[in-house]
Amino acid sequence: MIEKNIPAILPLIFLAAALFIPLLGVWKKAVAYPIAIITVLVAASVSVYGFIYVLLNGTIRYFFGGWAPPIGIEYVYDPLASFVALVINFIALLVLTHGYHAVNIDVKDRQVAYYSVVMLLLAGFNGMIITGDLFNLYVFIEISSLSGYALIAVGEKRAPFAAFRYLIIGTIGASFYLLGIGFLYFMSGTLNMNDLSSILPFIKDSPTILVSLILIVIGIAIKMAIFPMHGWLPDSYTYAPTTSSSLIAPIGTKVGAYALLRLMLFVFGIDYFSKDLQVAELLAIFSCGGIIYGSIMAIAQKEIKRMLAYSSIAQIGYIGLGIGLANPLGFIGALLHLINHAFMKACLFLVAGNLRLKTGNSDISQMDDSFRKKYPWTMAAFTIAALSMVGIPPLAGFFSKWYLALGTIENNAWLYLAVILISSLLNAVYFFRILEKVYMKSPEKEKSSVNDQVDFNSEEVKPSMLMPVIALAVGLVVLGIFNVLLVDQIYKMMPAGL
Amino acid sequence: MFELIIGHYDYLFIVVLITIGLYGMIIKKNLVKKVIGMSIFQSAIILFYISSAVKYNSTVPILVDELSTSEVITYINPLPHALMLTAIVVGVATVGVAFALLVLIYKRYHTFDENELIERMK
Repeated sequence: MIEKNIPAILPLIFLAAALFIPLLGVWKKAVAYPIAIITVLVAASVSVYGFIYVLLNGTIRYFFGGWAPPIGIEYVYDPLASFVALVINFIALLVLTHGYHAVNIDVKDRQVAYYSVVMLLLAGFNGMIITGDLFNLYVFIEISSLSGYALIAVGEKRAPFAAFRYLIIGTIGASFYLLGIGFLYFMSGTLNMNDLSSILPFIKDSPTILVSLILIVIGIAIKMAIFPMHGWLPDSYTYAPTTSSSLIAPIGTKVGAYALLRLMLFVFGIDYFSKDLQVAELLAIFSCGGIIYGSIMAIAQKEIKRMLAYSSIAQIGYIGLGIGLANPLGFIGALLHLINHAFMKACLFLVAGNLRLKTGNSDISQMDDSFRKKYPWTMAAFTIAALSMVGIPPLAGFFSKWYLALGTIENNAWLYLAVILISSLLNAVYFFRILEKVYMKSPEKEKSSVNDQVDFNSEEVKPSMLMPVIALAVGLVVLGIFNVLLVDQIYKMMPAGL
Repeated sequence: MFELIIGHYDYLFIVVLITIGLYGMIIKKNLVKKVIGMSIFQSAIILFYISSAVKYNSTVPILVDELSTSEVITYINPLPHALMLTAIVVGVATVGVAFALLVLIYKRYHTFDENELIERMK
């Protein structure tokens, strides 16, 4: 029965690929890319199949080694997990399709190692989504983080230092999480998420549980770069090579957000998280701070990738705010934004990568009318993604903000509503300033000193780099138009008691 | 006040270690010292798990005929130790990646001092 094994297949094929790429790479270097892309393709198809199967037949539980939980490790493939797994594998497929040329240029002759680490990264992400065990989650967090540091460090000259900073901060986060589950384990005697959520109501008055909740929230908030803990993010995203940043930016922080969502709403439970304690309120306040801070810092940036990195901090704030609202509309908003933002950021980072490969840099100041003529499709995709980030109605970005806004109204949290509206305006400022240059500003007469090695002649980027960008842009329109179907499914994923 | 201290010496020791580790990671300007701080921090957490799992007058969790399985009190809980084996491996990998990054940084900038490094990056 293949269906019963889907939860194990998803992380394991990536781990297997991570092993086989270097082994076969010794024989022939060119074999790395095909193995990687086929693995992601298989994972994406398995997760499509798994998603449909889970929606029709209900949650799949997989017990490793046949040991039933709480003794053994359990993988839970419920509608929520299958949906997020589908999204990230799909985006990974598109980014790696783009990587066919981008990795050639960025990484050159170390592709075998690069693709092997990419497979480890995806194994970590898939594992984080599917696992039903707290310690297993820690292991997968570390697998994805360690490969993330390596992927960032292969970038330009300053990248290793950015990666080192990320490593120090990320290790603090992961260790806090480990400490937190230590407290939980010694109080409850279990590491299984389901089991724990049924034990917690009996021991929730203990201050130890409170401490563990705080440690876990801080640990994961560092991983997902909630506002005061975002310090590692801008540098790492900016200096990483295109494929790395387009893998880590849309997927990495989202998986962190998913882990927070899972632990807070499904394990600790909505009552403990938002009513008995004010953790949810605090999370929402910090997220609002992040939304405003990220948007303002994004306006101040002169370089697209750095601007997108700051915008990521703001967008993660939306997801944190949705979780912090702790009501059904907030949950829908957070989950929708998790998906929409993954699509938008992947599209924008790939466009930034395309511009870098074509013109040698991605400074905003050099953009003008000629970009529209030279790269009409790339710029069209950029425009759609930018409009979606701002929240123009038929596009996907509008609906997540809409549900978040409804959620704040339901909680009578007018300040949060104001933050959402103001940040939409700020988004408009930093994206329209680029769009204005691309579509309105006529090129200056004297051609500024352009790097001669970069080919300015060929019109549009290569098809392998164009198709993923367009697919993501089309995806944004489709996600927006068929939004109702998606929200209907999200209602089924909601935790009990919300 | 005293009941917080008496009998909890191991936890107090771990708190001191965690503080030293965090101090090293955050305040120290030398990147190698940051990695040392990170190692201390991770070791402190491993010690926390191990010292919490200590049990007197009990034996290793291997089933023997003389002890019945119903007497759980006679066995040590093996899980925290098993978890920490994994955590040690993760720690080693983290330190390995950190030193690999430091080698790269040193090759490019010829310094480990954070201020100096930021100065040379401009």
